[in-house]
Amino acid sequence: MSAAGWQGQRRPQTALALRDPPWVRALLIVLAVTVLLSFLVLPLAVVLMEALRPGLDAYAAALADDNTHHALLITLVAALISVPLNLVFGIAAAWLVTRFRFPGKSLLITLIDLPFSVSPVVVGLALVLLYGAHGWFGAWLVANGVKVVFALPGIVLATIFVTVPFVARELIPLMQAQGREEEEAALVLGANGWQVLRHVTLPNIRIGLLYGVILCNARAMGEFGAVSVVSGHIRGQTVTLPLHVEMLYQEYQTAAAFAVASMLALLALATLLAQHALEALRRPQPPEETSP
Amino acid sequence: MSTAATLAPAGRREPHVRRPLVDGVLPGGRLAAGITIGWLGAIVLLPVAAVILASQPLDVAGFLAVSLEPRVLASYRLTFGMSLAAAAIDLVAGVLIAWVLVRYHFPGRRLLDTLVDLPFALPTAVAGIALGNLYAPNGWLGAPLALLGIEVAFKPLGVLVALTFIGLPFVVRTVQPVLVEIAAELEEVAATLGATRWQTFRHVVLPAILPAALTGFTLALARAVGEYGSVIFVTGNIPYVSEITPLVIISRLEEYDYRGAAVVGATMLIFSFAILFVINALQAWGQRRSGLPG
Repeated sequence: MSAAGWQGQRRPQTALALRDPPWVRALLIVLAVTVLLSFLVLPLAVVLMEALRPGLDAYAAALADDNTHHALLITLVAALISVPLNLVFGIAAAWLVTRFRFPGKSLLITLIDLPFSVSPVVVGLALVLLYGAHGWFGAWLVANGVKVVFALPGIVLATIFVTVPFVARELIPLMQAQGREEEEAALVLGANGWQVLRHVTLPNIRIGLLYGVILCNARAMGEFGAVSVVSGHIRGQTVTLPLHVEMLYQEYQTAAAFAVASMLALLALATLLAQHALEALRRPQPPEETSP
Repeated sequence: MSTAATLAPAGRREPHVRRPLVDGVLPGGRLAAGITIGWLGAIVLLPVAAVILASQPLDVAGFLAVSLEPRVLASYRLTFGMSLAAAAIDLVAGVLIAWVLVRYHFPGRRLLDTLVDLPFALPTAVAGIALGNLYAPNGWLGAPLALLGIEVAFKPLGVLVALTFIGLPFVVRTVQPVLVEIAAELEEVAATLGATRWQTFRHVVLPAILPAALTGFTLALARAVGEYGSVIFVTGNIPYVSEITPLVIISRLEEYDYRGAAVVGATMLIFSFAILFVINALQAWGQRRSGLPG
């Protein structure tokens, strides 16, 4: 997925010796397309079909529901807090890792990746153990009247945890590949640190940055497991869109559940399209595929 | 952080020059280190430590007794077994899809390439209810499978379907760039030396993509073991039969058994650390291999 990995995409017409027999080609293409269609496209199609099955009026009613609005609000607030914070973290971490030498660098990179391999449920559990009524900070929080678990702060903390690596993961390989010559030149020419960041680094990494933010946002708005543990599922208070989908589904309001799910599916599609567009921007080579 | 900045790193000793701990020409090193370490510490490490410590007053035997009690053990068997199987399916399907997307040109290729990331972008709860509906006995895929006598939804097999779904992009996305980068010359040499396409694939292409494919396999495995959202809607969630480990943690929490939840959580964390270590080793192996003169 690294930007540099795609440079060689365009290659001359395959030599005859490297062509697979036509039947192999056809077979493999059919197999791959079948897997992708049945495994990826069908679930997406099911969501849209089920959402629209009771008719447009029912669909509109499900989306116009107050609880849906509130869930959307909570989801947006959680994403609007966690994405910018992890954006700042990502830039700082990438700046540190790619521009400086220090002991323990590879350990630090591993720690940045840690949230990817921790189960979301364990994240929720951890927050309960820290901030819950019986947790480490529980007594202090209760004494000061601050509610974290079963309230918005817990949802935000869970969202931040699971989205920590996204921006940093995009920026580290990119800034590594770009090197620090341009920034050092700017420094020699008299720029201060902030000027280097604003006028040299950020313009250079803007596409990678946007890519990371889009992935981060998709995960922030879609997170289920971690948020589910700390939310408490209080309607109109601590329910995000994915939790709202779950609750509707478990109450056998299947059509409404799929209607709300279709909003999240559209978010996923928008994310994919944005990724696709940014991938194209990343390699400014002439467009590939001149012949079918 | 900044208090340690005056310490010189061991091993790089130059007389009269004390290198700072964070060493570089550009400014902002200490600030970036402060933000990075502070954020990771507060957001990631503190909660992780809380899980480990909450399971702690137990000695090893006590820990194992809680971690390996029959219901939890059954959940490990299901979770790890299905995760391994799902990652193995993803490995084969992922290499196939990566090969087709990189090597063959056909209409709709770019669209399919974009769609590969869908399991990353689609919220897991949405994937869960979609798969549950699709594989239900009257669903689009569930109905034909039911005719064959295969039940997926609300059965342990549902776990496999959900885990395979969420893990598929990992293998495709790790193998794809390596397939693009393989020097065509190597395959040409093999062909010149009389190798068939299968022999070339088996002895030239496969060794080249092996580290990436195994990295993808391990990433899919790591994700699958911890997965919750997409699974619970597809399977029956019955203890001893179709209950995954994350769900055990949730039921422990609902019973206010914080110690029990922490012990199972800590066991999963230990696995997460181990798998991160494996992923790092695999990536180092891949870099060494691709660094060899081609």
